[in-house]
Amino acid sequence: MAEPTALEGKSAVLEGLGAHPAVKALMAWNAGALEDAKFHRGELTMTIAREQIRAACEAIKKAGYNFFEDLTAVDWFPSSPRFQLSYQILSHALKQYVRLRVMVDEADPAVDSITPVWPAADFYEREVFDLFGVRFEGHPNLRRIMMPDDWQGHPLRKDYPVEGYR
Amino acid sequence: MPDLAELPVIEAMKAEGTTDRHMVLNMGPQHPSTHGVLRLVLEIDGEIVLRLVPEIGYLHTGIEKTCEAKFYQQVVPLTDRIDYLSPMANNLCYCLAVEKLLQLEIPPRAQWIRVLLAELTRLNSHLVWLGTHAMDVGALTLLLYTFREREDILRIFEDVAGQRMMTSYFRIGGLALEPPLDFFDRVDAFIRGFPERIDEYSNLLTGNPIFMNRLKGVGVLSAADAIALGVTGANMRGSGVDFDVRRDIPYSSYEKFDFKVPVSTVGDCWARYEVRLEEMRQSVKIVQQALHGMPEGPIKADAPKVVLPEREKMKTQMEALIHHFKIVTEGFAVPAGEVYQSIESPRGQMGYYVVSDGTAKPWRVHMRNPSFASLQALETMCKGRMLSDVVAAIGSIDIVLGEIDR
Repeated sequence: MAEPTALEGKSAVLEGLGAHPAVKALMAWNAGALEDAKFHRGELTMTIAREQIRAACEAIKKAGYNFFEDLTAVDWFPSSPRFQLSYQILSHALKQYVRLRVMVDEADPAVDSITPVWPAADFYEREVFDLFGVRFEGHPNLRRIMMPDDWQGHPLRKDYPVEGYR
Repeated sequence: MPDLAELPVIEAMKAEGTTDRHMVLNMGPQHPSTHGVLRLVLEIDGEIVLRLVPEIGYLHTGIEKTCEAKFYQQVVPLTDRIDYLSPMANNLCYCLAVEKLLQLEIPPRAQWIRVLLAELTRLNSHLVWLGTHAMDVGALTLLLYTFREREDILRIFEDVAGQRMMTSYFRIGGLALEPPLDFFDRVDAFIRGFPERIDEYSNLLTGNPIFMNRLKGVGVLSAADAIALGVTGANMRGSGVDFDVRRDIPYSSYEKFDFKVPVSTVGDCWARYEVRLEEMRQSVKIVQQALHGMPEGPIKADAPKVVLPEREKMKTQMEALIHHFKIVTEGFAVPAGEVYQSIESPRGQMGYYVVSDGTAKPWRVHMRNPSFASLQALETMCKGRMLSDVVAAIGSIDIVLGEIDR
């Protein structure tokens, strides 16, 4: 299959990359939970419904994406939904990455922890909690990791100044 | 001074009623064997470790936040400062990520010089690891040997970049400068003698009964645990997971090089030692191949709006002067999008996640650093083992705290 250069939107990805193992796995699991998808610069990004991320991780893990590599957040302030969580998942067998994405609102920045699926997410979720203030429900030890325990505010938010006093 | 007994970790232990019989021991942040400012809170029963909680953040400098306030090209020197033992690996990963967004084509010569220096960086980093790790478990002599060779590598870096440690030599679109005239001869002279040096280290350590006793069967990590805990690099390959980004998802023309990926299935500190020692031999092979097959040609991509023009051109051509002025004062716009680029750094899989909103400053730069994940595995390695094995385990996972805290 010739790789397309760029695909924007769920329907375009389903049409152009329907045979991709990650796309197939997520469609077989719950087609409704896949909110959006794009293929850009050779990287596949799939947006998952917020409540479904843990189940989506389980589904994709079964499809051979066995290694959790990275989790981080992006603050899209002032647009809404404000926070984007990006999960980079690697498959050792297929030798490729897939990115799962969850959009989280500012009003209730919380999402299910994926530590039951990959214990490796422990420190990463603590880091996002510390620096962005997104809570992870079901995390075994959700404390600040970089900043002191009594710190006020979340430094990587866009409305937190880069320098000077807060 | 905060009271140690009031820290949340110890509070939790108190709540569980475990502090009566067991002792809570604070190790670090200023401890010679923690390779920086790592603090461990240990719960011990006599000499047996029951729980180990890493407390990090002492070196947190907010590099990710600073990146958001800089132009893309100004981020390169920041990436050096994340990991002071492998600056070139960080430079390379960041440049590859931004080049992916820009869709720049890097000339072969630049790619090969990048490979050459990335492998020298691996040697540099492994030498420091070997020296300090051996020192932690009592073999003090080796540090003097490894730092002797490290000095040679730092001189090579100085030749090419003008700096010994914070090199910033890789730039978006290629390299900063053409290497000096006899540079490749100097690298060749160094690398020719290096396999003998590895034998020398091996002679000092591999048959040494004290060194073997301290490492064999200590800090065991199974393959399943390594994957579950996100451990990568030599730590993962020491546990029997055969994956190397250089070979499996090649970048910067690594697919043109012939090298083996050492794997051990034992998973203890000794296995990690053997894997890293073999990795050094393989790096020597890669450097030799890079020296022999070094292509000719430009060292910068043909992208005048991104890559700074040569000094000569800038002084003589109006257009080059304008480009130079624009890049330095306004930066260059990078198309909107997000990319994740991973490479095999000396410590494992390093990834840079760069999000662009279409302006000249990155909207978000995130570094996935291998040490951060490796540290999570420390408790699994040390649980139920002797306290003194913790020191051997910390040494064997090769962490750098600057990279963990960023």
